[in-house]
Amino acid sequence: MKRHAPWFSTMAVTAAFVATAAGDPTIDASKSSIIATFRQENVPVDAPLKKFNGRIDYNPSQPNAAKAALEVDTGSLDMGSSDYDAEVRKKPWLDSGTYPKASFISTSVKPGAAGHFDATGTLTLKGKTQTLSVPVTVGSAGKAMVFDGAFEISRAYFGIGDKEWNDVVDDKVKVRFHLVE
Amino acid sequence: MDAVQPDTSYTRTAVALHWIVALLISVGFTLGATMTDLSVSPRKIRLFAYHKWIGITVLGLVVLRLLWRLTHPAPPDEPMPRWQRIAAHATHWLLYLLMLATPLAGWLYSSAAGYPVVYLKLWQLPDLVSKNKQLANVLVEVHGYLAWTLLWVVVLHAAAALKHHFFDRDATLRRMLAWQRR
Repeated sequence: MKRHAPWFSTMAVTAAFVATAAGDPTIDASKSSIIATFRQENVPVDAPLKKFNGRIDYNPSQPNAAKAALEVDTGSLDMGSSDYDAEVRKKPWLDSGTYPKASFISTSVKPGAAGHFDATGTLTLKGKTQTLSVPVTVGSAGKAMVFDGAFEISRAYFGIGDKEWNDVVDDKVKVRFHLVE
Repeated sequence: MDAVQPDTSYTRTAVALHWIVALLISVGFTLGATMTDLSVSPRKIRLFAYHKWIGITVLGLVVLRLLWRLTHPAPPDEPMPRWQRIAAHATHWLLYLLMLATPLAGWLYSSAAGYPVVYLKLWQLPDLVSKNKQLANVLVEVHGYLAWTLLWVVVLHAAAALKHHFFDRDATLRRMLAWQRR
């Protein structure tokens, strides 16, 4: 079990952080979506992440104080077929057995034009972290607030996918989200 | 061997299109019948891409063939019993139908599966339907049945051509061989 200690503690810290930074989840996952788009042989393929939760605290009159914390189940990536689903959960890819969760926790928010802000925060994926600045658009759907945005990550940076795949699958993966509170 | 008169032969364009499409269908079918059973690998992804490019090429060339056929009539039939004439023409039109329907079903399946066709890695073709797993499961079956039906109709068509060539010793096959023309 010693071998597993680091990720257990990482997970515990992440979970605690999500809990304190986020309180109860406020995102309505049934109305929201997080979709990873990768390219294989230049074919763009949308793979939705089916399980996630999180919280966004946003007050239009105090956008600087906005906070976001999200947690995604890496094992919920839907590639559209069972053999690709199984492949992408393996060690060389997302290694969902060892790293079942990925998270984004905001550290600062910079308001832009009305209805826009840049959320800077830490993305944790497959045991590695990266600071990202994500442009977010705030909208509404009835009474609910809606947050839309996208960012790009590098597979190589997070160690996702063997080298043999690099000729076939692009390094860049685009992630776009549509979060409804 | 009798010399084939020009007006009893297909045009060079029709002959070229016929054999190019025949070759592409053979390669496309072989890829399709083998690639799906491979385990996930970069090679499998590439073979799927080649298979799709071949299918789209066939679709385009068959549209050209139909336009050519409609503007350049086929040579008159060789003397043969009425039932053979009807069977031959029915087979030809069935082949045209299957050569259009098979790649179209493949394209529809690609769209429904959420893996669009990017022809030659350059041009992304429009999705014919939106992503839908249930529909994709049906379309992949339809695509497969059409491909196997096409295979058997091609076998019938080739067997009939060989029968005319070796048993009836008429010009049916020769008029589809460019180098025999004039």
